Amino acid sequence: MTQQGVRRTAEQVLDLAPDASSRKAGSKLGVAGPWSGAGSGREGAVWGLCKGSGSKPYQTVVDLSDPAGPAYKCSCPSRKFPCKHALGLLLLWAGDEGEVPESEAVPDWAEQWLAGRRGRAETRKTQTAAGSAADPEAARKRAERRDQRVTAGATELERRLADLLRDGLASAERAGYGLWEETAARMVDAQAPGLASRVRELGAIPASGTGWPARLLEECALLHLLDQGWLHRDLLPDALTATVRTRLGLPTSADGPPVRDHWQVLAQYDTADAKLTTRRIWVHGADSGRTRLLLSFGAAGRAPELSLPVGLSLDADLSDYPGAGQIRATLGERHAPAAPAASRPPGTTTVRALTSYGEALREDPWLDSVPVTLDAVIPVPEDTSGSWHLADAESDTALPLTRSFLARPGLWRLVALAGGAPLTVFGECGHRGFTPLTAWAEGTAAPVSLC
Amino acid sequence: MTTAPTWDGLLTTALLGTDRRALPADPAGREAPAALLDAAAVAAVQRRAGLRPGRAGTRPEPAPADTRPTLPPAAAHRLTLLLADRPGGGGGRRGSTPDLTELLPQWLAVANAHGYAAPPQSVPALLDAARARTDLRPAALEFAGARALWLARLNPDWRFAQRSASGNASALPGTEDEEGVRRLWREGLFAERVALLTALRARTPADARELLAETWTQERAEDRLMFLDSLRAGLSADDEPFLEQALGDRSRNVRATAAELLSTLPCSALAARMAQRAATCVALDHTGSTAAIVVEAPAACDPEMERDGVTARPPAGRGERSWWLGQLVEAAPLETWPDRLGGRTPEQIVALPVTDDWQGELHAAWCRAAVRQRDARWARALLGSPSAPEAGGPGAVSLADRAKLLAALEADERAAWVAGFIAGHGLSEAFQLLGVCALPWTAPLGRAVVDALDIAREAGSYPWSFSGVMGLAERCLDPAETARLDSLLAVPDEREDASPGAGGYWAEAFQRLATTLRLRAAMVRELAPDGPA
Repeated sequence: MTQQGVRRTAEQVLDLAPDASSRKAGSKLGVAGPWSGAGSGREGAVWGLCKGSGSKPYQTVVDLSDPAGPAYKCSCPSRKFPCKHALGLLLLWAGDEGEVPESEAVPDWAEQWLAGRRGRAETRKTQTAAGSAADPEAARKRAERRDQRVTAGATELERRLADLLRDGLASAERAGYGLWEETAARMVDAQAPGLASRVRELGAIPASGTGWPARLLEECALLHLLDQGWLHRDLLPDALTATVRTRLGLPTSADGPPVRDHWQVLAQYDTADAKLTTRRIWVHGADSGRTRLLLSFGAAGRAPELSLPVGLSLDADLSDYPGAGQIRATLGERHAPAAPAASRPPGTTTVRALTSYGEALREDPWLDSVPVTLDAVIPVPEDTSGSWHLADAESDTALPLTRSFLARPGLWRLVALAGGAPLTVFGECGHRGFTPLTAWAEGTAAPVSLC
Repeated sequence: MTTAPTWDGLLTTALLGTDRRALPADPAGREAPAALLDAAAVAAVQRRAGLRPGRAGTRPEPAPADTRPTLPPAAAHRLTLLLADRPGGGGGRRGSTPDLTELLPQWLAVANAHGYAAPPQSVPALLDAARARTDLRPAALEFAGARALWLARLNPDWRFAQRSASGNASALPGTEDEEGVRRLWREGLFAERVALLTALRARTPADARELLAETWTQERAEDRLMFLDSLRAGLSADDEPFLEQALGDRSRNVRATAAELLSTLPCSALAARMAQRAATCVALDHTGSTAAIVVEAPAACDPEMERDGVTARPPAGRGERSWWLGQLVEAAPLETWPDRLGGRTPEQIVALPVTDDWQGELHAAWCRAAVRQRDARWARALLGSPSAPEAGGPGAVSLADRAKLLAALEADERAAWVAGFIAGHGLSEAFQLLGVCALPWTAPLGRAVVDALDIAREAGSYPWSFSGVMGLAERCLDPAETARLDSLLAVPDEREDASPGAGGYWAEAFQRLATTLRLRAAMVRELAPDGPA
């Protein structure tokens, strides 16, 4: 792996930050001042000593060679991960001012940690190879018990939905949030986290403005559909059963055959709740034409491990997760260092974008959106409502932007980048509208991230 | 099978509850809620699968193309970092890390000097930054270019950008368009008329004066005052007749402004009259062993003096005779004094003793005259030697007056004087004086500041007593001086008489200074057109 392959830009480094305050603190440390003895090794390691408030400088080292994402080690007491020193060091290195020279001599303190990491990685590989199925009989029993609990949970949820429909949705507005929270907690106990999160979302709908009864009925009906799918899973085709399991949040593993391709990173964004940060990375295969979703999770306060800068292209294996209409995959072996992608993904029109969503619903009726690249669209404001559309440059059709996107700074970046002219936009297209994630201005290959 | 109920029918039943509003009996024998949910699930998926795009609204006019060259990549990354560092968040101690928001103005100035185009996607962040900080607006809007104005029309948050651009001279008719100029002058709004007069004055001063003279008698008093003020630029002897006539104006403020403008024209009749009056009040006294200045303040303020702009009624707490004297001396040309006081130079005149405690009043009036007439010789004489002991104390000339006098000097001389002042008196009084020095600081001035900071550290006080000067140094010190800071970056051994921990805080403050200077040097390098990629 060569230096150039892994060198990142300042934005890409800042994407690694676990939160906004780390980003700020890290960017302040991305200058030569506090650093001494900085260097970088051939295998993708970067190290340096950072002068802090104490007398002893912090020892910071980053290992970028792991395909699963960079690893960090710093002698500072921060619980953030990566800490501001690691971010600052990477920024300094990204700045390419010659402050972080390539060096063969790795300092002892850095070498120790790097060697330890590589040792552990080897052990892990051999262990996985040795096989993990310790006791297939016990595992089967565990799975059976879990299925029974989920069945009990789904049955109970069906009863609650029936009660709700008997009393009328108007009562849901009066019942408030507490009822749904309690039901969600029951679904967590039933080990069906997918049901739990859908139930929690139901609780927010009555406060979501005009038209809420229709939205609530739709979501209740789809939840009912999911319950019924589970309760009658013996009647479903295998692929659809797998989809139902995924939607219920039951554990699955990527067992699809590895597909090697040049996977271009289209977008990366995080969503966080109190306990978990979820990172979504959209990639597009230049040869296969497939778009796949990589997920990575981090506990609260930690950035998820996997980080793929937008605009790079990876020569790597991807394995699909099971289920009809599922596009989640996992990243396998990387065959070459990442390189900047030379082109943008092929685009389509607004009409075809919605058609592809409709078709995807055939395989997974619970799908909220599909990844789509729109070609030659112009952001157009609605006259009064403050909402925006993406309109085809060549015809008078347009897709509304989702309400949540309108409140984000990405909207104005998109509008400014377009300047009233057509551009290419990648995003998620579904029944709530279109959520732009990345855009390419006319005549450039450089993507601009909108999330 | 019965016909499927419509979505609206399903929704009404769902809202009221199946107990209150029954569905048609279900042939499959399902309970009513289950049948309702089944039907709704089918309808929901049908609706979603059948979604079609809407009609597009009116498309915005395309933004005008920006023909300026694009930023070098390293500079574009730097801009992202500077704009990501918003003020407000993370209060408290700054430690040794630089304050990036303070560097944005400098970055914008250099980028504008090179004439780069802003990356379009950075324009919203630039507008937000300019909205939060008025001082950034001109530079940020220039850099953001036409795309910022185009964008501001779409977002009410950025309306200020359109306002800031409306005073733009390009919207005014050209000088050759005489008809257009006259129409705008007759019919325009007040702000437009001021902009027109200012623009015209900058190109052909006489035309502006003639335009104003045509409608002068019909203007309201407060408008006359503003218009008269725009004659300050490009003032010359040609304006004298007009200004003399304005001395007879109905409004006192207009008369005072006309008098002030006339007094800055040393050859004007008013200046000559003032010189004559002032000279009768100030004379050389040879009766003692050494020469001295004797002052006889005017005994009355006659109507002619009032017509020439002297305010008869003093502010509360001041004697009226000394008040009149101050106004006469301030408005008299400074050339009067060498002749009047025995052919002495300004330095010699300032050094003369003044009898009966008149020195403060007289010197203060000369200071105002030197500032008004932008007379470097007198400013130099009144400032005196920067290292003189009385310069640091509460002498005849206040710090605010000194800052104004410094502005009458050339940049290099100004910097040298302030450097001398800091070397003699330390930093505690220097903040205001440093504020009038040109950027970046000259080498002698920079060294004086760093040495004085070092002395303050040696004295054992805490650095935050000097945070104002430190902040100025971070923005104004020439990055070439960074190497001189090296010896100050280490934490010194704690001395017994020093404040606890002060050494560490000083080292931190100096580290921040050095880091900021390096960062500024890197910023400038990245913006060079053939700089590092």
